[in-house]
Amino acid sequence: MTVATTQHESSLAPPSPSGDQRAIGGAPWVVRCLLISVAVVFLSIMIVLPLAAVLFEAFRSGLPTFIRALRSPDAVAAVRLTAITTAIVLPLNVLFGVAAAWSIAKFEWRGKTIFTTLIDLPFTVSPVIAGMSFVLLFGARGWFGPWLASMDIKIIFALPGIVLATAFVTVPFVARELIPLMESQTGQEEEAALSLGASGWSTFFRITLPNIKWGLIYGCILCAARSIGEFGAVSVVSGHIGGQTETVPLHVETLFGEYKFGAAASLSTLLIAFTLFTVVIRHLLQSRKLLARSGHI
Amino acid sequence: MSIEVHNIRKRFGSFVALDDVSLRVNTGELTAILGPSGSGKTSLLRVMAGLETADSGSVHFFEKDVTGRHVRERGVGFVFQHYALFKHMSVFDNVAFGLTVRPRKLRPNRAEIKRRVDELLDLVQMTNYAAQQPSQLSGGQRQRIALARALALEPKVLLLDEPFGALDAKVRAELRRWLRRLHDQVHVTSVFVTHDQEEALEVADRVVVLNQGRVEQIGPPGEVYHSPANAFVCTFLGRVNIFNGRRLPTLPSAVDADGAPVYYVRPHEMDLTADPALAGDSHISGTVTHVNAAGPVVRVELQTIDKQHLIIDVSHDHFRNSRVTRGDTVFAAPKDHRVFEDGAGI
Repeated sequence: MTVATTQHESSLAPPSPSGDQRAIGGAPWVVRCLLISVAVVFLSIMIVLPLAAVLFEAFRSGLPTFIRALRSPDAVAAVRLTAITTAIVLPLNVLFGVAAAWSIAKFEWRGKTIFTTLIDLPFTVSPVIAGMSFVLLFGARGWFGPWLASMDIKIIFALPGIVLATAFVTVPFVARELIPLMESQTGQEEEAALSLGASGWSTFFRITLPNIKWGLIYGCILCAARSIGEFGAVSVVSGHIGGQTETVPLHVETLFGEYKFGAAASLSTLLIAFTLFTVVIRHLLQSRKLLARSGHI
Repeated sequence: MSIEVHNIRKRFGSFVALDDVSLRVNTGELTAILGPSGSGKTSLLRVMAGLETADSGSVHFFEKDVTGRHVRERGVGFVFQHYALFKHMSVFDNVAFGLTVRPRKLRPNRAEIKRRVDELLDLVQMTNYAAQQPSQLSGGQRQRIALARALALEPKVLLLDEPFGALDAKVRAELRRWLRRLHDQVHVTSVFVTHDQEEALEVADRVVVLNQGRVEQIGPPGEVYHSPANAFVCTFLGRVNIFNGRRLPTLPSAVDADGAPVYYVRPHEMDLTADPALAGDSHISGTVTHVNAAGPVVRVELQTIDKQHLIIDVSHDHFRNSRVTRGDTVFAAPKDHRVFEDGAGI
C-alpha cells in the first residue's frame, strides 16, 4: 500500500527537489507530518517552553525590576566570581587540551588508550562526586587539610576550590574537540615548515594552531559554557557564602530557595543568553563546515 | 662534492627499514630511488632530509657531516608526496613561508620577498595563481607550488617523496618531463623517490634500486635496465620472461645437471615465428592468448604447453608478415638472455 502510494505520487509530481526528497523519504505525507509534529511538539515542550517560562518570569515585573535584580550586590558578586573562574579555567583547559591532543595524536606511548579514556571520565562521573573528592582531599579534615591550614591556604569554600571543581568537570572539552582533528592531520605540514627553517614555536603558531583553530574555538566555547553553568561540583566545594563563594548558578538556586522567582529568573537569563550564543556559534561553524574542514582540504 | 650516505640502518620496531644502505649522489644530478613499497625508499629520503634519525650510519652533504643536524639546519628542499601545502595560506604565502620565517636579521624585505616569490611562481608556471588557496588548485598545480616553496630558500639539495604518486597517468607523465626540464634549468642536486620504474628510467640521471632495505644496484637508467645486477633488478625493471634452463637445452650456458639455471629474457629479446623451420634450435612453442597492437611494438602473449606465460614484443612489420593471430600455435626463441646467481628457485 505504501509503495503504491509513493509510486502514484511520484508519477504525478514533476521532477523537483521536493520530488527527490519524497523519493528518499519514501513515506506518505501522513507519516511525515506525524513524525515531524511529534519531534517539534516534544522539542517545544521540553526546551522552548521552559526557556520561555524563565524569560517570561524575568521580565514579568518590567525591565526596571529585571535590571535591579541583576544589579544587586550578591548578583554582581556571583557574575564576577563566575567570570573569574571561567577566566582561570579556560586557559588551563586550552593548555591541557592542546597538550593532551598533541600527545595522543602525534606520539605512540604506553597507556595512551587508558589516558584517552580517562579524559572522558568527567563526562560520566557525577559532578557531586567530583566536588566531594576535592573536599576529601583539601577540606579541613581531608588528606591535605591540616597541612593547608598550617600554611594558611584556603581551597575549599573559596575560589581555588571552585576553580578546581570547574576545571575537573571541563577537562574533556577542548581535548575531545582536538584529538580527532589532530589525528586526521598527518603532521606533514609541520614537517614542511621545519624543513623550510621554521622554529618549533613558529611552526606551532603559524601551522599547527591555524589548522586546529576552529576546533579549538569551539572547544573553548563548550568549555566556557560548562564552566559558567556548572552547579553540582561547585555546589559541594563552595559553601554557598552569598556574595563571596556563590557563582551564578548557585546564586540562582539560593534566590529560588528564597522564593525570589523573579530575581532567579533574571539572573538565569544571563546563562540562557550564553547558551544561545553557543548554539549560534555551533550552527555557524557547522553550516560553514569549518569544524570538519579544518581537518583536511 | 655530493650527497653521501654511509651504512645507514633504521628499524621501526622489529621491521628493518634500511639495512646498511650506502650511496652517493653527484652534485647537480637527478637521482631516483626506486623500489617496491616497503623497500625503505621513503625512510631513506627522510633520513637524508633529517626528518628521521637513523639508528646508525652517517649522512654527508658536500663533504660535511650533517648526521646530527636538525632538518631545519640542513638546508634541504623537501617535497612531500601529498604536497603538504599550508592549506590556510594563499599560494603566495606558501611559497614565501621559508623566507618569512627567517630570523629578522636575515629576512629579506617585503619587496624582495615578493620579487622572489614571483620569480619562483614564474619558474613553475603558476604566475597567475598567487592569490589562490591550495584547495582551489588541481593535484599537478599543488605539486608545482610545493616545488616552488621548497626552492624558495635556494636549497643545495632537493628531495622529493613520490612527487607524482598522487596524480593521474597523463598529468604524471607531463609533470615528470617538466621536472626534468626544471632540473636542467636550476641544477640543484636532487633525489626523488618512486615505485614507478618507468618514471625513474625516464627522468633520472642515475637510479638507485632499493629492495627490502638494501641497495640492489646503482647506475644510469640504461645500465640498470640492460645490465641488471641481479634477478630482483631484472624483474623489477620492466617485464621479463623467466625460463628454466632445462627447457632450452641448446642455449650455451644451459649445461647444468641439477642447479637448474634460470634464464631471464626481456620481451623484446625474443623472436617469434609461426613457421617451425624458422624458429631455430632452442625454440619454445605455445598458443597465442592475447595480442596487443596498441603501442610502438606489438605485444604477443603466449601460453606454453606446460602452462607458462610468455610475453614477446615484436615490431609491427614483423607482426604483419608473420600473420599471427589469437589461438595460433607459434614458436618463440630467445635471442639473448641473462643468468643470475640469485635467480634460481622461481
